[in-house]
Amino acid sequence: MNPVKSPEKGMTLIVKAVTKLTLGFILLYGIYITLNGHIAPGGGFVGGVIMALALVHIMLAFGKEISLKWLHAYTLRITMAAAVLLFLCGVMLGYPKWIFKNEFVLPLCEMVIVGAGLFAIFVALVLASKTDKQAE
Amino acid sequence: MEINLLLLFMIAAAVIAVAVKDLLSSVIAVGAVGIGLSMAFLVMKAPDLAIMQLVVEILSLIILIRATIRKDLPFSTSGRWAFNTVSTVIFLAVFLAFAYFSFAGIHKFGSPLMRVSQEYLSQAQARTGIQNVIAAITLNYRAIDTLGEAAALFTAVVGVLTVARKIWRREDAKYESR
Repeated sequence: MNPVKSPEKGMTLIVKAVTKLTLGFILLYGIYITLNGHIAPGGGFVGGVIMALALVHIMLAFGKEISLKWLHAYTLRITMAAAVLLFLCGVMLGYPKWIFKNEFVLPLCEMVIVGAGLFAIFVALVLASKTDKQAE
Repeated sequence: MEINLLLLFMIAAAVIAVAVKDLLSSVIAVGAVGIGLSMAFLVMKAPDLAIMQLVVEILSLIILIRATIRKDLPFSTSGRWAFNTVSTVIFLAVFLAFAYFSFAGIHKFGSPLMRVSQEYLSQAQARTGIQNVIAAITLNYRAIDTLGEAAALFTAVVGVLTVARKIWRREDAKYESR
């Protein structure tokens, strides 16, 4: 089944085509804002929310089933737990120089935590709504 | 001055959000309050907070729409002819007032428009260092205008080619053959 031209799932063909092309640029912009947080407006939180908005954009454009086939919840949980553990280890060891070097790892950890958490909230709201249970 | 205007806009949007009966209109009014708050942060010289407020406002607006509205609501315009007429008349009046004040600044018919052109003619050689005045104007001042036109044309071409490409047809053939 073609994910681009399934008419009843998600939005129209124009939205799907443009989403396929611009998604990488949106994710790249989130990483840019994250890594320039110490010299420009932005930071880890804002970058994470932009990443979460890109994932929400996939779900709104392509529908629920296809998006959850691409983005496994298992991968999301593993990356988020790894970021939290790295952050926690750094805090317990007193911010060692070999982990937190040049304001690089800490904003990325914050970006992963915030993005995955907010996207998980959105997925939970989508999967727990009444209409989906009636459809099943 | 700007902060007072923004506060008035935010208060009006919040009153609308509380008072209106349609759920989608209420959610959109809440989003207008958030956008006004972001602009207020920008006026108060805090761009970091403005970016954060804008991004979180978009995400929370999507979640609110997704969580509160189960189905696509039909837009019923019956029985609201008085509201529609009054709003149309108000927007027409605002548009005509702005048009009057903007047309008042234009030169009268027949008077030569030589304010910008005279500056080009007098300053071109000193600013660019080119002997030929026509070449200096076309390659320095007018080239920026051409750049804007080329950007608009490029955007249109990219938008058309995004939707109508040969790759889509090839992918469709691939999916149909399965």
